[in-house]
Amino acid sequence: MVSTSADHFHDGPLTDVEVRRIRNDFPILDQQVNGNTLVYLDSGATSQKPVSVMEAEQEFYEQRNSAVHRGAHTLAVAATDVFEDARSTVAAFVGAADNELVWTANATAGLNLIAYSFGNASTGDVTPEARQFAVGPGDEVLVTEMEHHANLVPWQELCRRTGATLKFIPIMDDGLLDMEAAAALFTSRTKVFSFTHVSNVTGVINPVVELARMAHDVGALVVLDACQSAPHLGLNVKALDVDFAVFSGHKMLAPTGIGAVYGRAELLDAMPPFLTGGSMITTVTMEHAAYLPSPQRFEAGTQPISQAAAFAAAVNYLSETGMDRIHAWEAALGQRMVAGLEAIPGIRVLGPAAGTARAGLAAFEVDGVHAHDVGQFLDAAGVAVRVGHHCAQPLHRRLGLSASTRASAYLYNTTAEVDAFLAAVAGVRPYFGITGD
Amino acid sequence: MSALDSLYQQIILEQAKARRGADLPNHQLAGEDLPAGTGQCHQLNPVCGDEITLRVETSGGGADRAVSGIHWAGDGCSISMASASILSELVVGLGAGEVQGMIDNFREVMRSRGKMQADEEILGDAAALSGVSKFPARVKCAMLAWVAAEDALRQTA
Repeated sequence: MVSTSADHFHDGPLTDVEVRRIRNDFPILDQQVNGNTLVYLDSGATSQKPVSVMEAEQEFYEQRNSAVHRGAHTLAVAATDVFEDARSTVAAFVGAADNELVWTANATAGLNLIAYSFGNASTGDVTPEARQFAVGPGDEVLVTEMEHHANLVPWQELCRRTGATLKFIPIMDDGLLDMEAAAALFTSRTKVFSFTHVSNVTGVINPVVELARMAHDVGALVVLDACQSAPHLGLNVKALDVDFAVFSGHKMLAPTGIGAVYGRAELLDAMPPFLTGGSMITTVTMEHAAYLPSPQRFEAGTQPISQAAAFAAAVNYLSETGMDRIHAWEAALGQRMVAGLEAIPGIRVLGPAAGTARAGLAAFEVDGVHAHDVGQFLDAAGVAVRVGHHCAQPLHRRLGLSASTRASAYLYNTTAEVDAFLAAVAGVRPYFGITGD
Repeated sequence: MSALDSLYQQIILEQAKARRGADLPNHQLAGEDLPAGTGQCHQLNPVCGDEITLRVETSGGGADRAVSGIHWAGDGCSISMASASILSELVVGLGAGEVQGMIDNFREVMRSRGKMQADEEILGDAAALSGVSKFPARVKCAMLAWVAAEDALRQTA
């Protein structure tokens, strides 16, 4: 392929100059915390929002607010257009068709939607096409040892309700999935395989295509937790060949209260609903109801409409910046964090060592200082990080810890911020009077 | 003194390392077959994983009973460990009512958002923890052992 100079300019990671310009779009970043300039490294928990996203939500309420998919008045039509245009935008962002994207409150709600719908297919009187989602005694649901609780507990509950068995692919000491063990765990009993694309603790990026193929080879449905990947990598659910995927808006520049489930169209149209009620039905009698096709089938009740408008503005912001360039920038920040942390005495980084691919985040243990105290010390220096088990207790237990400290970057973080974070971490053990390596 | 230094006073860092009273043996963690006058409670802060199992031994019985021993096992941040250590030193030998009064006072100070000055006459070394009250996210860390002690003490009645 011939590359023009303009194309070339848009290759590779963002530059420091571009990131400084991006930061102007995020007013919250320009503030002092405890007498220091804020260094926000907690985007893995929730991202900050650009002005365009906040304006999209405000514009909706100032100009178009109305209920969608009901009412014949002008505002109702305008609101419905905003809502469905937003669906098209977010669906296209992950490579899905419009009718393959269901709004949910967040990724947790999305995973519960899938697990509960499978549960509904497993009990009672269901349509023949819904039986493909049924699990019961003798069937297995497979997850991994690195899952966020949101992609573990709903499956524990599904297994408890249906009598299916939950199994997991273990991780190795460096946080990577044990692919040898994985090969033996996929059997004809495996009905569902649900796993994370990117670990929110170790930053490990799982080989989705290979894992999805292993699952499909045994006839299992594949669910991808894309919560930590959709914001940071160019995601294409068709290329990854997963059957379902979930993600949260608030981790990718959008407001809280909105997320999405991707599902292959023929699966969503065959799957029994989870939440039922208004807006998801065709004909209702006192005894019975028939359901709309996807996506309305899974959208009972009034939906997060202004949030959808803002979610579209968020993915437009990401697309215009360029997901490949964002990913490359964050990967460089992640490597800088890990290399810097490894050079500080008494610090152990969880997950792959410097030089191995990881997302733009690093969780670590400080020998002799509890994560909560580390976070408090960093906060006093203006550095915002996450402390605790990051909703991944089994992963921490596997790595011999109860808690860790995590710094997670996004497109608006600079190398200078990573360096400020590293300088603050270097001060932790001296402050708490811990010496030695 | 910076807010951080008022949180992490030297006495707190020293107590967190010393972990006085942290001698509850593993086989007693389940709290089975507790002798009369003994109570035990497990407390967990799910936010950060801080955890404590604390046993209160009393003698004398009835309303006049006195705390004769505190034994605990736990893991957590310096605030939660220092708080358990200080508590263990403070309450042995005191009457049950007196201990409950101390717990009530400590809770009030912790919840004051820095507005209430701790009285050393009442709280002894635990007054050093009053800096915690300015950090709402850490109050639960400081309270963990005290909540466990309160519940365990109630069981001895």
